[in-house]
Amino acid sequence: MSELLTRPAATVRSPARARFRAFVDEFVTPVAAAYDASGTIPPPVLDAVSAAGLWAAVLPAARGGSGTGMVDFGVLHEEVGRGCSSLRSMLTVHSMVLHALDRWGTPSLRERWLEPMLSGQVLGGFCLTEPEAGSDIAALRTTARRSGSGYQIDGLKQWTTGGQRAGVLLTFARTERGISVFLVDGSDPGVSRQPVEGMLGTRASMLAHIRFEGALVGADALIGVEGAGLGLAAGLLDIGRYSVACGSVGIIQACLEASVRHAAARAQGGAPLRQHQLIQQLITKMAVDAQAARLLCEHAGSLKDTGSPATLAATCHAKYFASTAALRAASDAVQVQGAAGCAPGADVARYFRDAKVMEIIEGSTQILELLIANDACQRLGERGPRPEGD
Amino acid sequence: MTDTTRTQLRQFVERRFAGIELTDDLDIFSLGLANSLFSMELVLFIEQLIQTQVPSEELSLDNFRTINAMTALADRLTAADLRQPAELG
Repeated sequence: MSELLTRPAATVRSPARARFRAFVDEFVTPVAAAYDASGTIPPPVLDAVSAAGLWAAVLPAARGGSGTGMVDFGVLHEEVGRGCSSLRSMLTVHSMVLHALDRWGTPSLRERWLEPMLSGQVLGGFCLTEPEAGSDIAALRTTARRSGSGYQIDGLKQWTTGGQRAGVLLTFARTERGISVFLVDGSDPGVSRQPVEGMLGTRASMLAHIRFEGALVGADALIGVEGAGLGLAAGLLDIGRYSVACGSVGIIQACLEASVRHAAARAQGGAPLRQHQLIQQLITKMAVDAQAARLLCEHAGSLKDTGSPATLAATCHAKYFASTAALRAASDAVQVQGAAGCAPGADVARYFRDAKVMEIIEGSTQILELLIANDACQRLGERGPRPEGD
Repeated sequence: MTDTTRTQLRQFVERRFAGIELTDDLDIFSLGLANSLFSMELVLFIEQLIQTQVPSEELSLDNFRTINAMTALADRLTAADLRQPAELG
C-alpha cells in the first residue's frame, strides 16, 4: 500500500519520471508560490526548462526533440503540474504550437522557427479564443485577407497563455475558404499585447490579450490548407487536453502529499488528524482519484504512441476525469488544512484556484460531457456495439 | 489495395456510427453526426492504415467526406510513398 501512494504506478513504465520529479523538486516547487504571487515566471526558471530540454519533449529525438514518447510527455506534464500549473500551462501551449509547426508547417516555416522553439529560445502562443468565440470555434471573427503574396490578419484574441512573451503565435483566422491557421511572428508591428493579471488561477502563466491590426504574414505561414482550421484545432487541442489532464493528475498528487503531511503533523482531539476517520476518507478519495486519473492518462498516451485514432476519445475521458477530480482533491486538501489552507501563500489554496482553471481550459467540463456522451451514443447506437473485426 | 482500404474505411466509419446506412458516396459530414474531432480520427486512421503521414496539403475536408474520397486519398498517398525511393535514388 505504501508503495502505491508514494510511487505512482506509471513509474514502472516511465523511467524518466524520477528525472522529471527531481527537476520539479529542485527548480519549480520551491518557488511556485512566489511566482504565483508575482504573476510571472522569471527567466531563470524558463532557462532551467530550456537547459533540461523540456520545451522539446513533444517531439521525438528523430525530429529534433527530446521526447521519448507521449506517455513520458504525460509524465513530464504531471510532474510539472504537481509543482506549478502556470509553468505546466506554458509547456502545454508551447507543445501545441511546436507540434503544429513540425507536423503541418511548411518547410520554410520549420526552417525558421523549429530550432529556436525546440531550445525554448522562442516560446509559442496559441491564439484561438476571442470575445465572441471560445468553445464555439466556428464563431471566431479574426480575419486573414489576401494581401500581396501573403495575408493580412486583423482581430482580437483573449486569454493567450504565455502571450506576454510568446515569440510566435499560432493564430486561427477566417479566410475565404473557412477557418485557417497561421504562424505569426510575435514581433510583427501589427501585433500588440495587453497583459492580464489577477486571474483566479494559473496566475504566473503570463496571460495576454493579443490584438492583430494589419499583421502581415507570407503565404508560407499558413498551417495546412485554407479551411482546415477546425480539424487542426481538434488535433492540437487533443495535445493540449492531454497535457492538462496529466497536469491535473499532478495537482491531485500534490494535494494528496500535502494532506498526508498535514494530517500527520497536526493533532486535534488528542490524536493526529490522520487517525480521524473523516480525514482518512478525504485522503482515500485523493489517493484513488490520483491513480485512476493517472491510468486514464497513461492509456491515452499509449494510444498516441501507437498512432491510434482512439486516442482522441481516450484523451477526452482522461481530461474530464482528471480535471474534475483535481478540483475535488484541491477542495478536500483545503478542508484538511482548515484555516491554514485558506491563508495567503498556502500551497493548497493555489492548487484549488489552479484546479478550477483545469475544468475550463482545452475543453470545458460541459463541452467534454457533450463530446463524450455523443461519442458513446454514436458508437453504441440502438443495437449496441459491433464486435471488433465485424 | 483499393478494395482492402475501402473495406477497412467502411468498417471504421460503421463502427463509429452504429446504425449508419453507409454508401461509398455518402457525405458523412453532411449528416450532422461527424465533428472536427472525428475528422482528426479519420486522419489518424488513414495514417495507421497506410503507414504514412497525411501531408498538410491534403488536409482539405473534401478528402474525408466520403468513403470514395478517403479511398482515393489513401491510394494516392500509398502510390506517392512507393515512388519516393526511386525519386530519391
